Amino acid sequence: MAAKKDLKIALVGNPNSGKTTLFNLLTGLKQKTGNFPGVTVDKKSGMLKLPDGRIAELTDLPGTYSIYPKTLDEQIVQEVLLDQDHPQHPDVIIVVADASNLKRNLLLFTQIRDLNIPCVLVLNMMDLAERRKLKFDLRSLAIDLGVKIVPTNSRSGVGIETLKNVLVQELKTPKKPFYPVKDLAEQTIEEIKSVFNLNEDYRAYQYAQQNVRLSFLTEAQREEIEEIKRNNGFYDVPTQSQEVLGRYALISEIVDRNIKTEQANELSLTQRIDKIVTHKVFGYAIFAAILLLIFQAIFAWAEWPMALIETSMADLSTWVKEALPAGVINDLITDGIIAGLAGVVVFIPQIALLFGFISLLEESGYMSRAVFLMDRIMRSFGLNGKSVVPLVSGMACAIPAIMATRNIESWKDRLITIFVTPFMSCSARLPVYTLLIALVVPQKDVLGFINLQGLVLTSLYLLGLLAAILSAWVMKFILKSRERSYFIMELPGYKLPKWKNVGLTIYEKSTTFVFEAGKVIVAISIILWVLASYGPGERFNNAEEFVLRELPESATEEEFENALSAYKLEHSYAGRFGKLIEPAIKPLGYDWKIGIALITSFAAREVFVGTISTIYSIGADEEDELTIKEKLAKEINPRTGEKMYTPALGFSLMVFYAFAMQCMSTLAVVYRETKGWKWPFIQTIYMSAVAYLAALATYNIFS
Amino acid sequence: MRNVTHLKLHEKAVIKGFTDEVLSVKLMEMGCLPGTEISLELTAPWGGPIAIGVAGYQLSLRRTEASSILIEG
Repeated sequence: MAAKKDLKIALVGNPNSGKTTLFNLLTGLKQKTGNFPGVTVDKKSGMLKLPDGRIAELTDLPGTYSIYPKTLDEQIVQEVLLDQDHPQHPDVIIVVADASNLKRNLLLFTQIRDLNIPCVLVLNMMDLAERRKLKFDLRSLAIDLGVKIVPTNSRSGVGIETLKNVLVQELKTPKKPFYPVKDLAEQTIEEIKSVFNLNEDYRAYQYAQQNVRLSFLTEAQREEIEEIKRNNGFYDVPTQSQEVLGRYALISEIVDRNIKTEQANELSLTQRIDKIVTHKVFGYAIFAAILLLIFQAIFAWAEWPMALIETSMADLSTWVKEALPAGVINDLITDGIIAGLAGVVVFIPQIALLFGFISLLEESGYMSRAVFLMDRIMRSFGLNGKSVVPLVSGMACAIPAIMATRNIESWKDRLITIFVTPFMSCSARLPVYTLLIALVVPQKDVLGFINLQGLVLTSLYLLGLLAAILSAWVMKFILKSRERSYFIMELPGYKLPKWKNVGLTIYEKSTTFVFEAGKVIVAISIILWVLASYGPGERFNNAEEFVLRELPESATEEEFENALSAYKLEHSYAGRFGKLIEPAIKPLGYDWKIGIALITSFAAREVFVGTISTIYSIGADEEDELTIKEKLAKEINPRTGEKMYTPALGFSLMVFYAFAMQCMSTLAVVYRETKGWKWPFIQTIYMSAVAYLAALATYNIFS
Repeated sequence: MRNVTHLKLHEKAVIKGFTDEVLSVKLMEMGCLPGTEISLELTAPWGGPIAIGVAGYQLSLRRTEASSILIEG
């Protein structure tokens, strides 16, 4: 990080407490997403200039209801706070609490306070609290809780300057813990404190509670703690239960003393909206309509920016090709690197749109209602209501979708969701579908009004969804898990989305995609370029001669060039691979040319179109859909003497692309999220097998 | 004894106890403490989750989870 940081500040708070909005307000655009060392949880941090000129690094920790984690994201909060040697261990903590729902929000605060890290309590959403007619005695509340309190409204920005000024002051840590945890397990706490040289009772107590979860402890240390617990008869759950009850008793008393409420609980707007949105008919209709709208956006609205990106990347490639001296470096940059980059950035519009929608739905509070409505249906297929978000995201790109599974508490539910998400038809399959549909499906209407091509495309998307759901259902029976699946989730009140938050989410997700997918796709593109540009033996090295011999005298320069590149590809390493796998793919109706495309598509599916156009020696300057289509339509199958691209072959290919695991970046993300090669490996085998068998069946049905 | 799944829509009751210890800790963290007043706010169709009003907000949970919350009144 470039700027020197004088202070590390962490933002901690319940989900839906307005914590992220506050973070965005404090850091503006000066934020970045990275990884916490050693774990896969996204770390959002930003720079904050304090009024006294010091620079603070502000980290937005995942929202959590208590220091006891339920999800992977929440676990990081506990690690960062309990491990005093953690690089992100804060000097100061800002605890954000929803003022309109203070009792529940204060539980986390009191736990953090007892770790004796200097902290400030931010009472956020004061406007909402006022609307609920809550009257706060802030001075007395601050004394009772032993902390400086700053009331804010992160939606309007009220209180932000005060907060910055408070951060400059020296924050004293209270002498006495809020809750005397020692009464629960005196012996255990004392022993752990002396063994690990800890100062705070609560920290030692947390070591006892969480010893198996804390990754910074060694196996021997965990064992040692286990031993201490055993000797002193320390039982995790009953003690935790007592602690929570004890804390709430103290909190209740303080809150009731300092906050006066005038009973005014009429039917709120949220309740009225919920009546419609979770209705057994309208609820599902609304959800379906929203999905259709997203679908429409990914298809129609993303079209022109995508075309724009495609043309600009093509222009860039042409420009570089002419600007640099011809040769291997030139080819590597244009055909390898720029081509690879183009394949990544072209999907940004679709991904940005999709995550814009998802962020809107989450910001407004609707998403948790969709999860609420869908849980029953999803559960019967071995999924979870919370799988809805990843599955919908999977329609744009499986990479951010798989990362979105992190807030599914149950490991089994999460694993199944990760496993089946790549079946959802992502945007990279679209160019393949579009080309093949244009080739083998006639442009006509069925039943007078349904466009046949559109119908086939829709069926392919449904096919992906069906494969995802059925696979999940099968996995439900195969995977054994003793862990219980929970569904305890807050339904936050509806609110108007903050556009800044939506914008930042779009930016964050798009950059994640570009970097995660980008590095793999570019690397593979370079490898493929090498494989397609070099070949063994005389035929590749003396390709010019062979082509000259085969071509008629009258051939133009251009025809020669095209024939040459096709000939070279045929005899390159990639071409050899294509021929090598030809026997395996013959039953599906494919030849070695399609074989090459299948191999190159392993990097990313959309590479199919580019490879096909090279194989059929379509000049780079006329590489548009129409020419490829015409060329393919004329292609003759040497075995039958008929058309090569029959409907049977086309459908077989489409089905293959719908199911096959052809995305290195997804595999890399699955590897990261499941911490091993086992699941990416099983996933590849399984999806490829499904793809092969389905394509085989399709080919035989249609031919 | 009655539990939360026996409530009618918008009916109020007071939490008396829990039948599942591990689950009870999670519920208590979320504000479902013995002695707290709750009400049934929403029910998802076909035996899906329910939502209860507790401590000034809405909490959704599955019916099996809700049945572990014992109530009186």
